[in-house]
Order: sequence, then structure tokens, then C-alpha cells
Amino acid sequence: MSGRLELWLFALQRISAMILAPLVLVHLATMIYAVQGGLTASEILARTQGSTIWALVYGLFIVSVAVHGAIGLRTVVREMTPWRGTGASAVAALFCVAVLVLGFRAVGAIT
Amino acid sequence: MKAGKTLKVDIWRGGEDGYYQTFAVPYQTSQTILDVVTYVQRKLDPTLSYRFSCRVGMCGSCAMTVNGRPRWTCRTHVDLVAEDGHIEIEPLRNFPLVKDLAVDMSVFFDKWRDAKARFVPSEADLDGFANVDPASRERKEASAGIECIGCGICYAACDVVAWNPDYLGPAALNRAWTLVNDVRDADPNGHLKAVAGDAGCHACHSQQGCTSHCPKSLSPTASIAGLKRKTFAALLKGGL
Repeated sequence: MSGRLELWLFALQRISAMILAPLVLVHLATMIYAVQGGLTASEILARTQGSTIWALVYGLFIVSVAVHGAIGLRTVVREMTPWRGTGASAVAALFCVAVLVLGFRAVGAIT
Repeated sequence: MKAGKTLKVDIWRGGEDGYYQTFAVPYQTSQTILDVVTYVQRKLDPTLSYRFSCRVGMCGSCAMTVNGRPRWTCRTHVDLVAEDGHIEIEPLRNFPLVKDLAVDMSVFFDKWRDAKARFVPSEADLDGFANVDPASRERKEASAGIECIGCGICYAACDVVAWNPDYLGPAALNRAWTLVNDVRDADPNGHLKAVAGDAGCHACHSQQGCTSHCPKSLSPTASIAGLKRKTFAALLKGGL
């Protein structure tokens, strides 16, 4: 595997981490705020449906998680299993696609 | 412990499929682990193989695993590590074993070469010595990592080396970092390219096994973090 690819993967993982850090805080704060008066689907949907901001926030969240998690998973697979080459990258790519599909499906359902 | 007592010393014998042999060694005050091994070799079993040279913590030859941790045996006192008068001495982890306590260090030093961890001279300056400000950030970064004695303890302590045998390892990367910060070096990007590969600085998980075991109290982890920052910046600037 070329050094340039590894370096780009490292850079992407760092950048996605920088994006995720504030988004995770926003996500946690919203969760704490949302459960104050009990947790109902209608209350959540009232806040998120038709909201461009929440669609953008969680859309960015999904992309960052897909990139960040997949690169990390690739490293774990390469270190902990015999799949050191394209096998690990294939697992990571599948994970990335799965997170994107499931994530945007969820975002689509609440906004 | 008091003088006159006897230590129970288990020493690894043979190759990878070897065994522990138990020796009884008289305890002495201020006794080091290297003293114990030397006693066994000179008084009890002359076939015991191990490596040492300077005996004063300069040469980096005598590292072994003592009660589960990699240590420089010439500067490790028995009092520090013996557990109820018991000491277990094994060869360093992550190195091919030659025999008993002697490991093959060549893979370790080959990686210094692979990391391009050697000075690249610039055009000879006939006007005199290079002026390097001792207070400059680069000089301070280089100074922080320069006292490595090449003992291999960090390499033995590193789990990433255990997982990925191609990983360049803490010592080679630490040396590369000192050169990246050497303002006289003619090829800083060459050093960065060499460590930016599949098994280079980005493989480090910052677990700090190297840093917590380094007998010289260096922080290869900090050096590797520096290499990550520099390669990242060089990538964005198009230097790599």
C-alpha cells in the first residue's frame, strides 16, 4: 500500500474527527434537552421534520462517522486479523457504504 | 532483602521453543540484574548466552525482559524488581531469538535504515560551522529525542510492532524526528516520505509503551506525534 494513500487516510480520519468532536457535543446536548419532558417520537419529529439545519447537521454527522469509522475499522482489521491487504480495505469500504445507506435512510425519515 | 539471602532466578534457555531454568544466586546489596546473569554464566553455567558491553547504561546492549518488563539490566537493581526474592529473566519480546537471552537485533537496525533515519549532509559550508540557536523550537525538539542508546526496549514494549512486524518502531521514528528538526539536514521531506508509509508513523496508536519503558526517559510517542503533524502539513502543502 502506498505511503501517500496511508497519509491521505490519516488526514481524512483527523479531519473527520475534528468535524465529529463538536457534532457529538451537539448530539449529546440535544439528547439531554430532548428527554427533559419525557421522550416521544412526535416531539422529536416536530423538531426535526422540515428542518434544513437538522438535516445538514445529521447529514454531516453521517458522512464523518462513515469516513472516520471505516478508516479506523480498516486499521483494526489489518492489525487483528490475517487480512492485511485489500481484504481489510474491502471490509472498511463495505462498512462505510452501510453506514452511509442506513444513516441517510434515518436522516430522510426524521427530516 | 538482606545480604546472605539467596535469589531464585528463572532464566529462559534455548530458542523459541525453549524452557525456564532455575538458578540460585546469592543476593548482594546494590546488585543489578546484569550482575545476576553474569554470576550465573561465570559460576553456574558457562553455556548461558547473553549480551552486554559497557555496564554503565551507555551502549544499549544488555536489554532483557525482567519479571515481564523490558529493562536495561546493567542499571536495574535487583531490589527494584525482585518479587519475594524471585526474578524471571527472558529475552526481549518482538525480536528473533538467537539463544537464551541473546536476540537478533538486525531487524531493529534495518528499520532505522528503512526509516531513512540517517543524516543527509548539505553542500559543504566552507565558511564554518552551522549556527543552530539552542533556544529554537527545532533544536529543542531534536534535543528531546537525541539521547537514544538504541537498546531496543521501546521496540520490545510496543504492541504495534507485535501486531504489524513491518512497523518501523519507536526508535527509528524517534531518530527520524530528530533529523526532521535538524536544520542542517538537506532532505527533511525525504525523511517524512520514508516514515509516511503503510508501516510508518501513522500506524502508532499512542499507547506509550515505548515512553513508559524508555530507560533514558525519552518520549518516542511525542516524536511520532510530531511526525504525524509534519507529514499532515507537508501533504496539505503538496510537499509529499
